[in-house]
Amino acid sequence: MNLELFIPEITLAVFAILVILLDLFVRDKSWLRLVSLSGLVIAGGVTVAMWGDDSTAIFNNMLAVDNFALFFKLLFAGIAFLVILASTDYVAKFARFQGEYYALILLSTLGMMLMAATTDLISLFVALELTSISLYVLVGFLKDRKSTEASLKYLLLGAIASAVLLYGMALVFGSTGQTQLGAIAQAIQSMSLESVLDSPALLMGIVLLIAGFGFKIAAVPFQMWVPDVYEGAPTPVTAYLSVASKAAGFAIILRVFFSAFGIPEWLSMNWGMIFAALAVISMIIGNVIAIPQTNIKRMLGYSSIAQAGYLMVGLAAIGFAPAIATQGQSTILFFLASYALTNLGAFIAVIAISNKINSDDIADYAGMGKRAPVMALALTLCLISLIGMPPAAGFMAKFYIFSTAVQNDLLWLVVIAVLNSVISAYYYLRVVKVMWYGQPASGEKVPSSGAPRLALFLCCLGVLVLGIIPGLVMRLAELAGKMFAF
Amino acid sequence: MTIGLEHYLVLSAVLFCIGLYGALTKRNAVIILMCIELMLNSVNISLVAFSSYIVPLLLTGQVFAIFVMVVAAAEVAVGLAIILAIYRGLTDIDASNINLMKW
Repeated sequence: MNLELFIPEITLAVFAILVILLDLFVRDKSWLRLVSLSGLVIAGGVTVAMWGDDSTAIFNNMLAVDNFALFFKLLFAGIAFLVILASTDYVAKFARFQGEYYALILLSTLGMMLMAATTDLISLFVALELTSISLYVLVGFLKDRKSTEASLKYLLLGAIASAVLLYGMALVFGSTGQTQLGAIAQAIQSMSLESVLDSPALLMGIVLLIAGFGFKIAAVPFQMWVPDVYEGAPTPVTAYLSVASKAAGFAIILRVFFSAFGIPEWLSMNWGMIFAALAVISMIIGNVIAIPQTNIKRMLGYSSIAQAGYLMVGLAAIGFAPAIATQGQSTILFFLASYALTNLGAFIAVIAISNKINSDDIADYAGMGKRAPVMALALTLCLISLIGMPPAAGFMAKFYIFSTAVQNDLLWLVVIAVLNSVISAYYYLRVVKVMWYGQPASGEKVPSSGAPRLALFLCCLGVLVLGIIPGLVMRLAELAGKMFAF
Repeated sequence: MTIGLEHYLVLSAVLFCIGLYGALTKRNAVIILMCIELMLNSVNISLVAFSSYIVPLLLTGQVFAIFVMVVAAAEVAVGLAIILAIYRGLTDIDASNINLMKW
């Protein structure tokens, strides 16, 4: 086996331990931030260097090293980098626990990298739990009542979701005798529709898997944890959770449903239909409940449920595609990249503003156009991108996903999705209106420091680049659509 | 009567449902955590049963069950720590009192 293919993960593990150890000796905690940032840069750099056409599997076919996994590893390293950069001021609230904060971010990033690479149900479960358990702790990091409450809710619901997912895995294992995704696919191809309908354990298992994964990506009806956890968690963790955890969930769904349940067609059509139904209710419920929200973190929470709905339109398109094509996958990868930059940008602006005015209420954002013009401008751009208006990245992302869905005869789904985008414009633009036309509570400027500004600048740059010249990233996403085949 | 695969599977399904019912209806956070443990362990029963009846020469299911046990232990450690943190602030772990945030 080739251990050098595992360097990004090893780097993150080493740096996470290094941060915990250094925490004991170093008095100036800003060094820890520097160490964890450099760990992420090294891991990301190695990932870029590994990009190529050849793909292999390591650890006895447990993990794949292919462009698909590398794309996500780079995405996760980038997200964690921006989140750590953006939490520069915020970490003061964690007092002497800053080292643990950085270490847990690195460990959950490691878990997500493994999630994107896993090709076996066993390693899938372990990677998923590595991510989740680190996130449970991170959500409760503020230690006030709201934060611990959010953490407990997340833990209990997350654990139930894992148990359901695990039961699904056990049923899939029982009906195929395999845990390896490629071997499961082979076993399923030798079954006929009649034999599966005769003993429906396999179908039951797949439905339970969708329920378990649906929790991770915050799809309705598995979304009840989202608003509370987003509101109670420290804002940088909310940002991290809303993009990284969702991207990891989609990575794992794509991998499992593409490599294990992609063929035969009677199977893929059926899970495509389930995802189409989940997409409809996620979009409608996410967008409609976001309208009356007064807390901006909660509003962004419901908006992220709706965004998961748009992404599931893409999953439905993959299920309905006549032959297994990589096009549907690459549109989802592009959407995830653009969503990551957009939502991170929005949250970084929220972190910078809320940390100074000590409030998450949308009403308190009145007049931010005058009090913090740079942050307000960036937040406006990101919200426009979340609506899906040009020239921002969100427009191209939605355009790609919806056009793939139309090509696969899902016009009805696209009509619902576009109508939902119109509804969503209302609550996003309300924030913009409050910021630029609202009466400020005081004329005092809201200052912001260098590191969050840099992170915000990178996000906004990314949003504009993806929106104006999408071809660059789209080509990467197309290459990444090619998964390791067995 | 010989004990077959289906007996293990029925046992596992019944235990899973008891665990799920408990997790959804109990109010004490520690008991909810115990019910979740029951759910995870019921899955272990079906994993091991599937393994010994369907692929008797391999140990896939048994290895899977060991991983699940390790992960469940880690989850409980974190869960109890969080419950302890709540108890410090609230001197109570009744889940119906943990209601600061509602939609």
